[in-house]
Amino acid sequence: MVMKVDPSKKWTGPVRPYDIIKEGVIAVVVVAVLAGGLSLLFSSPDDKAVTLKSWSNNNAADFVVTATGELAGTTTSAGYGAPYNHAGNGPTLGPLKLQDWVGVHIPVDPANDFVVKPLLMLNDGNATAAVDTWNAATVDQQTKWASSYADALGKSGGATSVADAKNQFGPVPGMVSSLLGMAKTGALDGALTTSETPLPTDFTKPLLFLADSEGYFADMASKQHLSGDQWGVMNETGSWPGQSWLWLFSFWYQVEPFKSSGNADTLVMTLMGLLTLSLALFPFFPIIRKLPYKIPIHRLIWKKWYARKL
Amino acid sequence: MSSSAQSVKKDKNWTSRLRKSTLETMEPQDLLPDNQPAYVASWIYVFGVLTIASLLMLITTGLILTLEGPSWWHISSVGHFFNSMHLWSVELFFVFMVVHLWGKFWMAAWRGKRTATWVTGVLAFGTSIITALTGYLIQTNFDSQWIATQAKDGFNAMGIGAFFNTLNTGQAILLHVALLPLVVGVIVIWHILLVRRKGVVPPIDNDSTIEGGAF
Ligand code: HEM
Repeated sequence: MVMKVDPSKKWTGPVRPYDIIKEGVIAVVVVAVLAGGLSLLFSSPDDKAVTLKSWSNNNAADFVVTATGELAGTTTSAGYGAPYNHAGNGPTLGPLKLQDWVGVHIPVDPANDFVVKPLLMLNDGNATAAVDTWNAATVDQQTKWASSYADALGKSGGATSVADAKNQFGPVPGMVSSLLGMAKTGALDGALTTSETPLPTDFTKPLLFLADSEGYFADMASKQHLSGDQWGVMNETGSWPGQSWLWLFSFWYQVEPFKSSGNADTLVMTLMGLLTLSLALFPFFPIIRKLPYKIPIHRLIWKKWYARKL
Repeated sequence: MSSSAQSVKKDKNWTSRLRKSTLETMEPQDLLPDNQPAYVASWIYVFGVLTIASLLMLITTGLILTLEGPSWWHISSVGHFFNSMHLWSVELFFVFMVVHLWGKFWMAAWRGKRTATWVTGVLAFGTSIITALTGYLIQTNFDSQWIATQAKDGFNAMGIGAFFNTLNTGQAILLHVALLPLVVGVIVIWHILLVRRKGVVPPIDNDSTIEGGAF
Protein backbone atom coordinates (compact mmCIF):
# COMPACT_ATOMS: atom_id res chain seq x y z
CA MET A 1 0.00 0.00 0.00
CA VAL A 2 1.21 3.45 -0.79
CA MET A 3 1.23 5.73 2.19
CA LYS A 4 -0.03 9.24 2.05
CA VAL A 5 2.40 11.40 3.90
CA ASP A 6 2.10 14.92 5.11
CA PRO A 7 5.65 16.22 4.82
CA SER A 8 5.12 18.81 7.53
CA LYS A 9 4.29 16.17 10.18
CA LYS A 10 6.89 14.33 12.15
CA TRP A 11 7.65 10.94 10.57
CA THR A 12 6.00 8.03 12.32
CA GLY A 13 6.73 5.31 9.77
CA PRO A 14 9.51 2.75 9.68
CA VAL A 15 13.05 3.82 10.57
CA ARG A 16 16.53 2.50 9.94
CA PRO A 17 19.62 2.70 12.12
CA TYR A 18 21.90 5.63 11.42
CA ASP A 19 25.03 7.10 13.04
CA ILE A 20 25.29 10.81 12.27
CA ILE A 21 28.66 11.31 14.00
CA LYS A 22 30.25 8.32 12.29
CA GLU A 23 29.00 9.51 8.91
CA GLY A 24 30.41 12.98 9.61
CA VAL A 25 33.81 11.64 10.61
CA ILE A 26 33.98 9.40 7.53
CA ALA A 27 33.05 12.38 5.33
CA VAL A 28 35.86 14.48 6.82
CA VAL A 29 38.38 11.69 6.23
CA VAL A 30 37.15 11.22 2.64
CA VAL A 31 37.45 14.94 1.88
CA ALA A 32 40.88 15.14 3.55
CA VAL A 33 42.12 12.26 1.42
CA LEU A 34 40.59 13.70 -1.76
CA ALA A 35 41.92 17.24 -1.17
CA GLY A 36 45.32 15.91 -0.06
CA GLY A 37 45.55 13.64 -3.10
CA LEU A 38 44.55 16.39 -5.53
CA SER A 39 47.09 18.73 -3.88
CA LEU A 40 49.92 16.22 -4.20
CA LEU A 41 48.97 15.47 -7.81
CA PHE A 42 48.18 18.94 -9.10
CA SER A 43 49.48 21.43 -6.49
CA SER A 44 48.18 24.99 -7.07
CA PRO A 45 49.19 27.83 -9.37
CA ASP A 46 51.23 30.80 -8.20
CA ASP A 47 52.27 33.23 -10.93
CA LYS A 48 54.31 35.97 -9.34
CA ALA A 49 52.64 39.33 -8.77
CA VAL A 50 53.65 42.09 -11.17
CA THR A 51 54.83 45.53 -10.15
CA LEU A 52 55.37 48.87 -11.79
CA LYS A 53 59.04 47.88 -11.61
CA SER A 54 58.58 44.63 -13.53
CA TRP A 55 56.29 46.39 -16.03
CA SER A 56 58.75 49.22 -16.77
CA ASN A 57 61.67 46.80 -17.06
CA ASN A 58 59.88 44.27 -19.27
CA ASN A 59 57.95 46.60 -21.51
CA ALA A 60 59.29 50.14 -21.17
CA ALA A 61 57.53 51.28 -24.35
CA ASP A 62 54.13 50.25 -23.00
CA PHE A 63 54.90 51.94 -19.68
CA VAL A 64 55.78 55.19 -21.46
CA VAL A 65 52.64 55.08 -23.61
CA THR A 66 50.44 54.43 -20.57
CA ALA A 67 52.08 57.16 -18.46
CA THR A 68 51.61 59.62 -21.34
CA GLY A 69 47.99 58.48 -21.57
CA GLU A 70 47.52 59.33 -17.88
CA LEU A 71 48.72 62.88 -18.60
CA ALA A 72 46.54 63.14 -21.71
CA GLY A 73 43.54 61.82 -19.78
CA THR A 74 42.95 59.00 -22.26
CA THR A 75 43.46 55.90 -20.08
CA THR A 76 40.67 53.89 -18.49
CA SER A 77 41.28 55.23 -15.00
CA ALA A 78 41.77 58.82 -16.22
CA GLY A 79 38.25 58.71 -17.68
CA TYR A 80 36.67 56.37 -15.15
CA GLY A 81 34.38 58.56 -13.05
CA ALA A 82 32.98 57.38 -9.70
CA PRO A 83 34.15 56.14 -7.28
CA TYR A 84 37.60 57.50 -8.28
CA ASN A 85 37.06 60.86 -10.00
CA HIS A 86 34.63 63.03 -11.95
CA ALA A 87 36.16 62.29 -15.34
CA GLY A 88 33.42 60.06 -16.72
CA ASN A 89 30.01 58.47 -16.27
CA GLY A 90 29.51 54.94 -15.03
CA PRO A 91 27.20 52.36 -16.57
CA THR A 92 23.49 52.84 -15.94
CA LEU A 93 20.36 50.76 -15.69
CA GLY A 94 17.61 52.86 -17.21
CA PRO A 95 17.26 55.84 -14.87
CA LEU A 96 19.43 54.17 -12.21
CA LYS A 97 22.96 55.57 -12.09
CA LEU A 98 24.21 53.47 -9.21
CA GLN A 99 27.88 54.03 -9.93
CA ASP A 100 27.61 57.79 -10.28
CA TRP A 101 25.28 58.25 -7.33
CA VAL A 102 27.81 57.07 -4.75
CA GLY A 103 30.15 59.84 -5.86
CA VAL A 104 33.91 60.01 -5.44
CA HIS A 105 34.74 57.79 -2.47
CA ILE A 106 38.25 56.66 -3.33
CA PRO A 107 39.76 59.78 -4.92
CA VAL A 108 42.27 58.97 -7.66
CA ASP A 109 43.44 61.65 -10.07
CA PRO A 110 45.66 59.62 -12.41
CA ALA A 111 47.74 62.43 -13.98
CA ASN A 112 48.59 63.89 -10.58
CA ASP A 113 48.66 60.73 -8.49
CA PHE A 114 50.51 58.44 -10.90
CA VAL A 115 52.89 60.93 -12.54
CA VAL A 116 53.13 64.45 -11.11
CA LYS A 117 53.26 63.77 -7.34
CA PRO A 118 55.69 60.83 -7.56
CA LEU A 119 58.04 62.96 -9.73
CA LEU A 120 58.14 65.60 -7.00
CA MET A 121 59.22 62.92 -4.50
CA LEU A 122 62.15 62.09 -6.74
CA ASN A 123 64.00 65.24 -5.69
CA ASP A 124 65.61 65.49 -9.12
CA GLY A 125 66.26 68.91 -10.67
CA ASN A 126 65.15 68.02 -14.20
CA ALA A 127 62.03 66.23 -13.07
CA THR A 128 61.04 69.10 -10.79
CA ALA A 129 61.62 71.66 -13.54
CA ALA A 130 59.48 69.62 -15.95
CA VAL A 131 56.70 69.37 -13.38
CA ASP A 132 56.91 73.12 -12.73
CA THR A 133 56.41 73.82 -16.44
CA TRP A 134 53.52 71.34 -16.50
CA ASN A 135 51.82 72.85 -13.46
CA ALA A 136 52.17 76.39 -14.83
CA ALA A 137 50.37 75.50 -18.07
CA THR A 138 46.61 75.55 -18.69
CA VAL A 139 44.73 72.25 -18.79
CA ASP A 140 44.24 72.73 -22.54
CA GLN A 141 47.94 73.18 -23.08
CA GLN A 142 48.75 70.15 -20.91
CA THR A 143 46.36 67.96 -22.88
CA LYS A 144 47.76 69.23 -26.16
CA TRP A 145 51.35 68.40 -25.15
CA ALA A 146 50.48 64.97 -23.82
CA SER A 147 48.23 64.04 -26.76
CA SER A 148 50.83 65.04 -29.36
CA TYR A 149 53.46 63.05 -27.50
CA ALA A 150 51.11 60.07 -27.30
CA ASP A 151 50.57 60.30 -31.08
CA ALA A 152 54.29 60.49 -31.73
CA LEU A 153 54.98 57.48 -29.48
CA GLY A 154 52.21 55.60 -31.25
CA LYS A 155 53.82 56.23 -34.62
CA SER A 156 57.32 55.43 -33.39
CA GLY A 157 56.67 51.69 -33.33
CA GLY A 158 57.65 50.96 -29.77
CA ALA A 159 60.16 53.68 -28.91
CA THR A 160 60.51 54.76 -25.28
CA SER A 161 61.04 58.38 -26.29
CA VAL A 162 60.63 60.57 -29.35
CA ALA A 163 62.65 63.72 -30.11
CA ASP A 164 60.61 66.93 -30.02
CA ALA A 165 61.52 68.17 -33.52
CA LYS A 166 58.58 70.57 -33.82
CA ASN A 167 58.65 71.72 -30.20
CA GLN A 168 55.14 70.50 -29.41
CA PHE A 169 55.51 68.07 -26.48
CA GLY A 170 56.39 70.60 -23.75
CA PRO A 171 57.68 69.00 -20.54
CA VAL A 172 55.93 65.68 -21.21
CA PRO A 173 58.89 63.66 -22.59
CA GLY A 174 61.04 64.77 -19.66
CA MET A 175 58.35 63.88 -17.11
CA VAL A 176 57.66 60.51 -18.66
CA SER A 177 61.28 59.49 -18.96
CA SER A 178 61.99 60.52 -15.36
CA LEU A 179 58.97 58.46 -14.29
CA LEU A 180 60.28 55.51 -16.31
CA GLY A 181 63.61 55.74 -14.51
CA MET A 182 61.83 55.91 -11.19
CA ALA A 183 59.62 52.93 -12.02
CA LYS A 184 62.59 50.81 -13.13
CA THR A 185 64.21 51.12 -9.73
CA GLY A 186 61.00 50.18 -7.90
CA ALA A 187 60.70 53.62 -6.31
CA LEU A 188 57.37 54.28 -8.05
CA ASP A 189 55.79 51.20 -6.44
CA GLY A 190 56.74 52.61 -3.06
CA ALA A 191 55.57 56.10 -3.96
CA LEU A 192 52.11 54.91 -5.02
CA THR A 193 51.47 52.48 -2.17
CA THR A 194 52.62 54.82 0.60
CA SER A 195 50.84 57.92 -0.68
CA GLU A 196 47.90 57.42 1.72
CA THR A 197 49.38 55.59 4.69
CA PRO A 198 52.98 54.79 5.64
CA LEU A 199 52.25 51.07 6.08
CA PRO A 200 50.44 50.06 2.90
CA THR A 201 47.70 47.44 2.70
CA ASP A 202 45.83 49.15 -0.12
CA PHE A 203 47.02 48.76 -3.72
CA THR A 204 44.34 50.79 -5.46
CA LYS A 205 46.71 53.25 -7.14
CA PRO A 206 49.41 50.92 -8.51
CA LEU A 207 46.74 48.45 -9.63
CA LEU A 208 44.70 51.09 -11.43
CA PHE A 209 47.87 52.28 -13.15
CA LEU A 210 48.80 48.70 -14.12
CA ALA A 211 45.28 48.01 -15.32
CA ASP A 212 45.63 50.93 -17.74
CA SER A 213 48.45 49.05 -19.46
CA GLU A 214 47.37 47.32 -22.63
CA GLY A 215 50.71 45.94 -23.75
CA TYR A 216 51.84 44.36 -20.48
CA PHE A 217 49.20 43.60 -17.84
CA ALA A 218 46.25 42.88 -20.15
CA ASP A 219 48.54 41.04 -22.53
CA MET A 220 49.80 38.74 -19.75
CA ALA A 221 46.20 38.09 -18.75
CA SER A 222 45.03 37.23 -22.24
CA LYS A 223 47.98 34.83 -22.65
CA GLN A 224 46.61 33.13 -19.53
CA HIS A 225 43.07 33.12 -21.01
CA LEU A 226 41.89 35.50 -18.29
CA SER A 227 40.35 38.28 -20.39
CA GLY A 228 36.68 39.12 -20.16
CA ASP A 229 35.96 37.73 -23.61
CA GLN A 230 37.78 34.53 -22.63
CA TRP A 231 35.40 33.87 -19.72
CA GLY A 232 37.71 36.03 -17.59
CA VAL A 233 37.42 35.78 -13.84
CA MET A 234 36.14 32.24 -13.66
CA ASN A 235 39.48 31.02 -15.02
CA GLU A 236 42.78 30.52 -13.23
CA THR A 237 46.30 31.03 -14.49
CA GLY A 238 47.60 27.89 -16.19
CA SER A 239 45.14 25.03 -16.53
CA TRP A 240 43.91 24.94 -12.95
CA PRO A 241 40.20 25.15 -12.30
CA GLY A 242 39.22 28.64 -11.15
CA GLN A 243 35.94 29.97 -9.87
CA SER A 244 33.91 27.70 -12.13
CA TRP A 245 30.81 28.53 -10.07
CA LEU A 246 30.92 31.96 -11.74
CA TRP A 247 30.20 30.35 -15.12
CA LEU A 248 26.75 31.85 -15.48
CA PHE A 249 28.10 35.28 -14.52
CA SER A 250 30.88 35.02 -17.14
CA PHE A 251 28.45 33.58 -19.67
CA TRP A 252 26.39 36.76 -19.98
CA TYR A 253 29.47 38.76 -21.00
CA GLN A 254 29.92 36.41 -23.98
CA VAL A 255 26.45 37.02 -25.48
CA GLU A 256 24.36 39.90 -26.76
CA PRO A 257 22.94 42.25 -25.68
CA PHE A 258 25.51 42.33 -22.87
CA LYS A 259 28.61 41.68 -24.95
CA SER A 260 28.55 44.99 -26.77
CA SER A 261 26.73 47.05 -24.15
CA GLY A 262 28.47 49.90 -22.38
CA ASN A 263 26.27 49.09 -19.40
CA ALA A 264 27.19 45.38 -19.33
CA ASP A 265 28.55 45.48 -15.77
CA THR A 266 25.37 46.92 -14.29
CA LEU A 267 23.13 44.71 -16.44
CA VAL A 268 24.94 41.48 -15.63
CA MET A 269 25.25 42.23 -11.90
CA THR A 270 21.54 43.11 -11.71
CA LEU A 271 20.55 40.03 -13.68
CA MET A 272 22.63 37.76 -11.46
CA GLY A 273 21.15 39.39 -8.37
CA LEU A 274 17.64 38.73 -9.68
CA LEU A 275 18.49 35.15 -10.68
CA THR A 276 19.90 34.44 -7.21
CA LEU A 277 16.78 35.90 -5.66
CA SER A 278 14.66 33.68 -7.93
CA LEU A 279 16.62 30.62 -6.85
CA ALA A 280 15.74 31.47 -3.26
CA LEU A 281 12.10 31.84 -4.31
CA PHE A 282 11.87 28.55 -6.28
CA PRO A 283 9.47 27.07 -3.69
CA PHE A 284 7.03 29.90 -4.48
CA PHE A 285 7.09 29.77 -8.30
CA PRO A 286 4.07 27.72 -9.45
CA ILE A 287 5.69 26.19 -12.54
CA ILE A 288 9.15 25.68 -11.14
CA ARG A 289 7.99 24.06 -7.94
CA LYS A 290 5.94 21.51 -9.92
CA LEU A 291 8.94 20.46 -12.02
CA PRO A 292 10.16 17.81 -9.54
CA TYR A 293 6.75 16.17 -9.85
CA LYS A 294 6.69 16.31 -13.66
CA ILE A 295 10.23 15.06 -14.17
CA PRO A 296 10.48 12.18 -11.75
CA ILE A 297 14.16 12.20 -10.86
CA HIS A 298 12.97 11.54 -7.31
CA ARG A 299 12.08 8.00 -8.41
CA LEU A 300 15.79 7.50 -8.91
CA ILE A 301 16.81 9.20 -5.70
CA TRP A 302 14.42 7.23 -3.51
CA LYS A 303 14.61 4.10 -5.66
CA LYS A 304 15.03 1.77 -2.69
CA TRP A 305 12.07 3.29 -0.90
CA TYR A 306 9.72 3.07 -3.85
CA ALA A 307 10.85 -0.48 -4.63
CA ARG A 308 10.16 -1.52 -1.08
CA LYS A 309 6.59 -0.27 -1.04
CA LEU A 310 5.51 -1.86 -4.26
CA MET B 1 -4.84 32.23 37.67
CA SER B 2 -5.40 28.91 35.97
CA SER B 3 -2.56 27.39 33.99
CA SER B 4 -4.51 27.55 30.74
CA ALA B 5 -5.05 31.29 31.17
CA GLN B 6 -1.35 31.60 31.80
CA SER B 7 -0.40 29.79 28.60
CA VAL B 8 -2.76 31.91 26.53
CA LYS B 9 -1.14 35.05 27.85
CA LYS B 10 1.84 36.08 25.78
CA ASP B 11 5.09 35.11 27.42
CA LYS B 12 7.00 38.28 28.31
CA ASN B 13 10.08 36.61 29.67
CA TRP B 14 12.84 36.92 27.06
CA THR B 15 14.72 33.98 28.43
CA SER B 16 11.83 31.55 28.35
CA ARG B 17 10.81 32.81 24.92
CA LEU B 18 14.30 32.13 23.58
CA ARG B 19 14.30 28.68 25.22
CA LYS B 20 10.92 27.80 23.77
CA SER B 21 11.78 28.92 20.26
CA THR B 22 15.13 27.13 20.25
CA LEU B 23 15.94 24.34 22.72
CA GLU B 24 12.35 23.21 23.17
CA THR B 25 11.70 22.86 19.46
CA MET B 26 14.11 19.94 19.37
CA GLU B 27 14.66 16.80 21.32
CA PRO B 28 18.16 15.39 21.83
CA GLN B 29 17.21 12.60 19.41
CA ASP B 30 16.45 15.21 16.69
CA LEU B 31 19.81 16.90 17.14
CA LEU B 32 21.97 13.77 17.27
CA PRO B 33 19.84 11.01 15.77
CA ASP B 34 20.80 7.33 15.87
CA ASN B 35 18.07 6.37 13.45
CA GLN B 36 16.42 7.93 10.42
CA PRO B 37 13.17 7.40 8.51
CA ALA B 38 13.54 4.34 6.30
CA TYR B 39 13.49 6.46 3.12
CA VAL B 40 16.74 8.17 4.09
CA ALA B 41 18.66 5.64 2.04
CA SER B 42 20.14 7.26 -1.03
CA TRP B 43 23.54 8.45 -2.22
CA ILE B 44 22.15 11.97 -2.55
CA TYR B 45 22.10 12.47 1.22
CA VAL B 46 25.87 12.14 1.30
CA PHE B 47 26.41 15.45 -0.48
CA GLY B 48 25.15 17.69 2.32
CA VAL B 49 27.51 15.98 4.73
CA LEU B 50 30.37 16.14 2.24
CA THR B 51 29.73 19.89 1.88
CA ILE B 52 30.07 20.31 5.66
CA ALA B 53 33.21 18.17 5.65
CA SER B 54 34.74 20.35 2.90
CA LEU B 55 33.85 23.46 4.89
CA LEU B 56 35.61 22.01 7.94
CA MET B 57 38.62 21.24 5.76
CA LEU B 58 38.53 24.80 4.41
CA ILE B 59 38.49 26.26 7.91
CA THR B 60 41.33 24.00 9.06
CA THR B 61 43.63 24.63 6.08
CA GLY B 62 42.69 28.32 6.15
CA LEU B 63 43.69 28.58 9.80
CA ILE B 64 47.00 26.88 9.02
CA LEU B 65 47.57 29.45 6.24
CA THR B 66 47.10 32.28 8.75
CA LEU B 67 49.98 31.07 10.89
CA GLU B 68 52.84 32.71 9.03
CA GLY B 69 51.03 35.44 7.16
CA PRO B 70 49.90 36.06 3.59
CA SER B 71 53.31 35.68 1.90
CA TRP B 72 54.22 32.41 3.57
CA TRP B 73 52.82 30.16 0.86
CA HIS B 74 54.85 31.87 -1.87
CA ILE B 75 58.16 30.93 -0.26
CA SER B 76 57.57 27.73 1.70
CA SER B 77 56.74 24.33 0.23
CA VAL B 78 54.76 23.46 3.35
CA GLY B 79 52.82 26.70 2.95
CA HIS B 80 52.28 25.95 -0.73
CA PHE B 81 50.94 22.50 0.11
CA PHE B 82 48.39 23.94 2.50
CA ASN B 83 47.43 26.52 -0.11
CA SER B 84 46.81 23.63 -2.52
CA MET B 85 44.74 21.83 0.12
CA HIS B 86 42.75 25.02 0.64
CA LEU B 87 42.18 25.44 -3.12
CA TRP B 88 41.13 21.83 -3.73
CA SER B 89 38.86 21.89 -0.70
CA VAL B 90 37.09 24.91 -2.24
CA GLU B 91 36.66 23.12 -5.54
CA LEU B 92 35.25 20.04 -3.77
CA PHE B 93 33.08 22.25 -1.52
CA PHE B 94 31.36 23.82 -4.53
CA VAL B 95 30.98 20.56 -6.48
CA PHE B 96 29.36 18.90 -3.47
CA MET B 97 27.18 21.93 -2.75
CA VAL B 98 25.88 22.16 -6.31
CA VAL B 99 25.02 18.44 -6.43
CA HIS B 100 23.32 18.87 -3.04
CA LEU B 101 21.39 21.90 -4.32
CA TRP B 102 20.04 20.15 -7.40
CA GLY B 103 19.37 16.99 -5.42
CA LYS B 104 17.20 19.00 -3.03
CA PHE B 105 15.50 20.64 -6.00
CA TRP B 106 14.48 17.36 -7.62
CA MET B 107 13.33 16.07 -4.22
CA ALA B 108 11.21 19.25 -3.83
CA ALA B 109 12.82 19.33 -0.40
CA TRP B 110 11.06 22.58 0.49
CA ARG B 111 7.82 20.66 1.08
CA GLY B 112 6.24 20.58 4.52
CA LYS B 113 7.29 23.97 5.87
CA ARG B 114 10.90 23.60 4.79
CA THR B 115 11.08 26.83 2.76
CA ALA B 116 13.44 28.37 5.31
CA THR B 117 15.81 25.44 4.84
CA TRP B 118 15.90 26.07 1.09
CA VAL B 119 16.34 29.83 1.54
CA THR B 120 19.19 29.45 4.04
CA GLY B 121 20.77 27.04 1.54
CA VAL B 122 20.68 29.71 -1.17
CA LEU B 123 22.10 32.22 1.32
CA ALA B 124 24.93 29.79 2.08
CA PHE B 125 25.57 29.42 -1.66
CA GLY B 126 25.66 33.20 -2.26
CA THR B 127 27.86 34.06 0.71
CA SER B 128 30.20 31.19 -0.17
CA ILE B 129 30.66 32.66 -3.65
CA ILE B 130 31.56 36.07 -2.22
CA THR B 131 33.88 34.46 0.31
CA ALA B 132 35.60 32.52 -2.48
CA LEU B 133 36.03 35.71 -4.51
CA THR B 134 37.74 37.44 -1.58
CA GLY B 135 39.93 34.35 -1.26
CA TYR B 136 41.01 34.68 -4.88
CA LEU B 137 41.68 38.39 -4.21
CA ILE B 138 44.16 37.69 -1.42
CA GLN B 139 46.41 35.24 -3.23
CA THR B 140 48.86 38.15 -3.55
CA ASN B 141 50.01 36.96 -6.97
CA PHE B 142 49.30 37.80 -10.61
CA ASP B 143 45.93 36.04 -10.60
CA SER B 144 44.69 38.05 -7.62
CA GLN B 145 45.89 41.31 -9.17
CA TRP B 146 44.08 40.55 -12.40
CA ILE B 147 40.86 39.44 -10.70
CA ALA B 148 40.93 42.59 -8.53
CA THR B 149 41.16 44.91 -11.53
CA GLN B 150 38.40 43.03 -13.37
CA ALA B 151 35.98 42.54 -10.49
CA LYS B 152 36.16 46.20 -9.45
CA ASP B 153 34.11 47.20 -12.52
CA GLY B 154 31.25 44.91 -11.56
CA PHE B 155 31.10 46.21 -8.00
CA ASN B 156 31.59 49.83 -9.09
CA ALA B 157 28.73 49.44 -11.55
CA MET B 158 26.40 48.66 -8.63
CA GLY B 159 27.75 51.45 -6.43
CA ILE B 160 29.27 48.83 -4.11
CA GLY B 161 32.88 49.31 -5.20
CA ALA B 162 33.19 52.50 -3.20
CA PHE B 163 32.81 50.44 -0.01
CA PHE B 164 34.10 47.02 -1.01
CA ASN B 165 37.23 47.95 -2.97
CA THR B 166 38.68 44.84 -4.60
CA LEU B 167 41.98 46.71 -5.12
CA ASN B 168 42.38 47.13 -1.36
CA THR B 169 44.17 43.90 -0.46
CA GLY B 170 44.10 44.61 3.27
CA GLN B 171 40.32 44.91 3.21
CA ALA B 172 39.97 41.68 1.22
CA ILE B 173 42.22 39.82 3.68
CA LEU B 174 40.17 40.89 6.66
CA LEU B 175 36.88 40.05 4.95
CA HIS B 176 38.10 36.66 3.82
CA VAL B 177 39.80 35.63 7.03
CA ALA B 178 37.42 37.04 9.61
CA LEU B 179 34.01 38.36 8.65
CA LEU B 180 32.87 36.18 5.74
CA PRO B 181 33.78 32.74 7.15
CA LEU B 182 31.88 33.73 10.26
CA VAL B 183 28.83 34.64 8.18
CA VAL B 184 29.00 31.41 6.16
CA GLY B 185 29.47 29.42 9.36
CA VAL B 186 26.44 30.95 11.05
CA ILE B 187 24.26 30.42 7.98
CA VAL B 188 25.34 26.78 7.65
CA ILE B 189 24.67 26.07 11.34
CA TRP B 190 21.25 27.68 10.97
CA HIS B 191 20.58 25.60 7.82
CA ILE B 192 21.50 22.36 9.54
CA LEU B 193 19.53 23.13 12.70
CA LEU B 194 16.47 23.73 10.51
CA VAL B 195 16.98 20.34 8.86
CA ARG B 196 17.39 18.58 12.20
CA ARG B 197 14.36 20.34 13.64
CA LYS B 198 12.05 19.44 10.76
CA GLY B 199 13.38 15.99 10.08
CA VAL B 200 14.35 14.84 6.60
CA VAL B 201 11.66 15.49 4.01
CA PRO B 202 9.70 12.34 3.03
CA PRO B 203 9.62 11.08 -0.56
CA ILE B 204 7.19 12.48 -3.10
CA ASP B 205 4.45 9.88 -3.09
CA ASN B 206 2.61 8.74 -6.13
CA ASP B 207 -0.86 9.23 -4.87
CA SER B 208 -0.20 11.82 -2.23
CA THR B 209 -2.96 14.36 -2.28
CA ILE B 210 -0.66 16.72 -0.52
CA GLU B 211 1.61 18.30 -3.04
CA GLY B 212 2.84 20.26 -0.09
CA GLY B 213 3.62 23.62 -1.57
CA ALA B 214 5.90 25.99 0.12
CA PHE B 215 4.22 25.80 3.49
C1 HEM C 1 27.42 25.49 2.63
C2 HEM C 1 26.51 24.90 1.95
C3 HEM C 1 25.55 23.83 2.44
C4 HEM C 1 25.71 22.90 3.42
C5 HEM C 1 26.94 22.66 4.30
C6 HEM C 1 24.50 22.13 3.48
C7 HEM C 1 24.29 21.05 4.33
C8 HEM C 1 23.11 20.33 4.42
C9 HEM C 1 22.92 19.12 5.17
C10 HEM C 1 24.00 18.39 5.96
C11 HEM C 1 21.64 18.73 5.03
C12 HEM C 1 21.02 17.46 5.62
C13 HEM C 1 20.46 16.49 4.62
C14 HEM C 1 21.28 16.16 3.42
O1 HEM C 1 22.50 16.17 3.50
O2 HEM C 1 20.69 15.91 2.35
C15 HEM C 1 20.98 19.72 4.20
C16 HEM C 1 19.66 19.71 3.85
C17 HEM C 1 19.06 20.59 2.96
N1 HEM C 1 19.71 21.50 2.15
FE1 HEM C 1 21.63 22.06 2.37
N2 HEM C 1 23.61 22.63 2.55
C18 HEM C 1 24.22 23.66 1.90
C19 HEM C 1 23.70 24.40 0.85
C20 HEM C 1 22.41 24.23 0.36
C21 HEM C 1 21.89 24.87 -0.82
C22 HEM C 1 22.70 25.77 -1.75
C23 HEM C 1 20.57 24.49 -0.94
C24 HEM C 1 19.55 24.84 -1.99
C25 HEM C 1 19.43 25.98 -2.54
C26 HEM C 1 20.27 23.62 0.15
C27 HEM C 1 19.03 23.07 0.40
C28 HEM C 1 18.76 22.13 1.37
C29 HEM C 1 17.45 21.63 1.72
C30 HEM C 1 16.11 22.09 1.09
C31 HEM C 1 17.63 20.67 2.72
C32 HEM C 1 16.53 19.90 3.45
C33 HEM C 1 16.40 18.53 2.93
C34 HEM C 1 15.45 17.68 3.70
O3 HEM C 1 14.72 18.14 4.58
O4 HEM C 1 15.44 16.50 3.40
N3 HEM C 1 21.41 23.46 0.92
N4 HEM C 1 21.91 20.67 3.83
